[in-house]
Amino acid sequence: MSMRSTQRLATLVVLASAAFAASAQGPGLGIPIREADVAAWDITVFPSGANLPSGRGTAAEGAVIYAQQCAACHGVNGEGGLAAPVVGGDPLTNGIDTPKRIKNFWASATTLFDFTRRQMPLYTPRTLTDDQVYALTAYLLAINDIIDEDTVMNAETLMQVQMPNRNGFKPRFPAMMP
Amino acid sequence: MTKKHSILDREGLKPAAANGLFDRRAFFKGGAALATAMTGYTIGNSAAAQQLVDDPWSRGIGNRVQAYGTPSRFESGVARILSNPNAEPRTQHGRTPHHLINGTFTPNGLHFVISHTGNPDIDPSAHKLVIHGLVERPLVFTLDALARYPMVSRMTFLECGGNSAALWSPEPLQNTAQEIHGLVSCAEYTGVLLSTLLEETGIDPRAKWFIAEGADASALHRSVPLHKALDDAMIALYQNGERIMPGNGYPMRLLLPGWEGNMNVKWLRRIELTDEPALGFYEARTYTPILPDGSAYSYYFLQEVKSFITHPSPGLALSGAGLYEISGVAYSANGRIARVMVSADGGQSWAEAALQDPVLPKAFTRFRAPWRWDGGPAVLQSRAWDEAGNVQPTRAELISRRGEASRVPRSPFAFPSQHYNGPTSWRVGEDGEVTNVYA
Repeated sequence: MSMRSTQRLATLVVLASAAFAASAQGPGLGIPIREADVAAWDITVFPSGANLPSGRGTAAEGAVIYAQQCAACHGVNGEGGLAAPVVGGDPLTNGIDTPKRIKNFWASATTLFDFTRRQMPLYTPRTLTDDQVYALTAYLLAINDIIDEDTVMNAETLMQVQMPNRNGFKPRFPAMMP
Repeated sequence: MTKKHSILDREGLKPAAANGLFDRRAFFKGGAALATAMTGYTIGNSAAAQQLVDDPWSRGIGNRVQAYGTPSRFESGVARILSNPNAEPRTQHGRTPHHLINGTFTPNGLHFVISHTGNPDIDPSAHKLVIHGLVERPLVFTLDALARYPMVSRMTFLECGGNSAALWSPEPLQNTAQEIHGLVSCAEYTGVLLSTLLEETGIDPRAKWFIAEGADASALHRSVPLHKALDDAMIALYQNGERIMPGNGYPMRLLLPGWEGNMNVKWLRRIELTDEPALGFYEARTYTPILPDGSAYSYYFLQEVKSFITHPSPGLALSGAGLYEISGVAYSANGRIARVMVSADGGQSWAEAALQDPVLPKAFTRFRAPWRWDGGPAVLQSRAWDEAGNVQPTRAELISRRGEASRVPRSPFAFPSQHYNGPTSWRVGEDGEVTNVYA
């Protein structure tokens, strides 16, 4: 952000590098852990594609999973019910209260993959396999006409998805962006 | 609207603005005659007190002392209002009853709560915080370990990015300050600065962000610029002196003073330093207000300068003409509140309110202004300035930039947009009832 923050960051990096084991402030009670041992929690998928898992899935496979695991809340055809619709979406110029949908709003397919894997189904989160999440992602993108029905979703093809509203955002406080 | 009151001369008070607003120092200098009139939201002036009696509760031993105190049974109505009391499969909100409390601290049981997938029942002895990613060495911290670290205490407000969303409605909704503004609260937090822990993990120079993630079912995660970690971000362990309650993140939460509530990740279990933001659901989809041109704001980090009047407000009907204290809260992510102005004529004239000491940065500041209600129509408003020079916009200014909802929301608990920091206007009718208007 500001020059001062950058300098503070640099100072802290230097301090941390010089004497990380014997912190000036703390008693040094952090327990070392290998990155590999964080794996069970390390589920964040980034917009660059970083941390996308291996695996694959198609819209046809996703349709089966959707019917079993998602349709009860999101509607048989994605039209919504107890939970929000997952298909369609009005133009955002309709109003500031236009419902935000995958098609009219979401900026990145990685957000869709991450959210589905992280938080869905609501009562049994993180029970879907990575293949199932790829398949559901393919299904949701296909029913919104964002990809063809026969496009296989994997770590490579997901990154080629062009979300319709990907250029629709601007940071509220540009000076605070790293 | 301007009226002259002969009472002003008699009591020696200086009018400060039209329709009965006095100089802010009137209550401090005005003496006992003013003080007796200040409590009246439900009581009118009466001619004479009745003969005093020795009440039943004074003539016998009282109730046993409780191990953990609870309010008087007569205060049972002072509670959060719940958006989803049966915990149906959607987000649950509990809102702070601003019109029924006073001062600047929010009691823990009344602090607002939003839980997207319920409150996890975390065993503190098993809870771990891991800091990894672009660090020199990934580390795990237990609660016992954090207890040995140097701690800091600070007061800070916490506000949901969707607070006051009812005021985006094209027509004013008739709701209380609790229903409209109940997703902001203020508390004292105690914990370990995140910068203290990052000094121990070391920071890879490529790191620009950190991703904070909770141990709840939704594993809620938000991306935060690293400069906030080096400024005042805290791993908060205590709230108002006791362990943070489950709804607010027990046993630890991220505290980002002044920043959008959802970023203050509860039940914190993981911090990953990265060179890019995660673009997670809540930062990509939920807290991204749509603008009139169809674009949307992202990374709306700050809860900008804002104020609202809590007394009087809807539900606190005035009980007759006379002296009242107008009071409310003001706060800003950009430091201390510098000034609050109050109007009793819908913004045509303004009087400066007194600010209750201490005025702390990024915390509630209670403002007060003496007001004589003449029994006629009045529209009460407040407007705040912060020490960085930011001013709370008028509703017209805010709406011109941000638009307003295309239709009246189905409920005050709906979120037609986010980050409303315009004014609130309470109309006092001739019957003393207070309603929400746009002025």
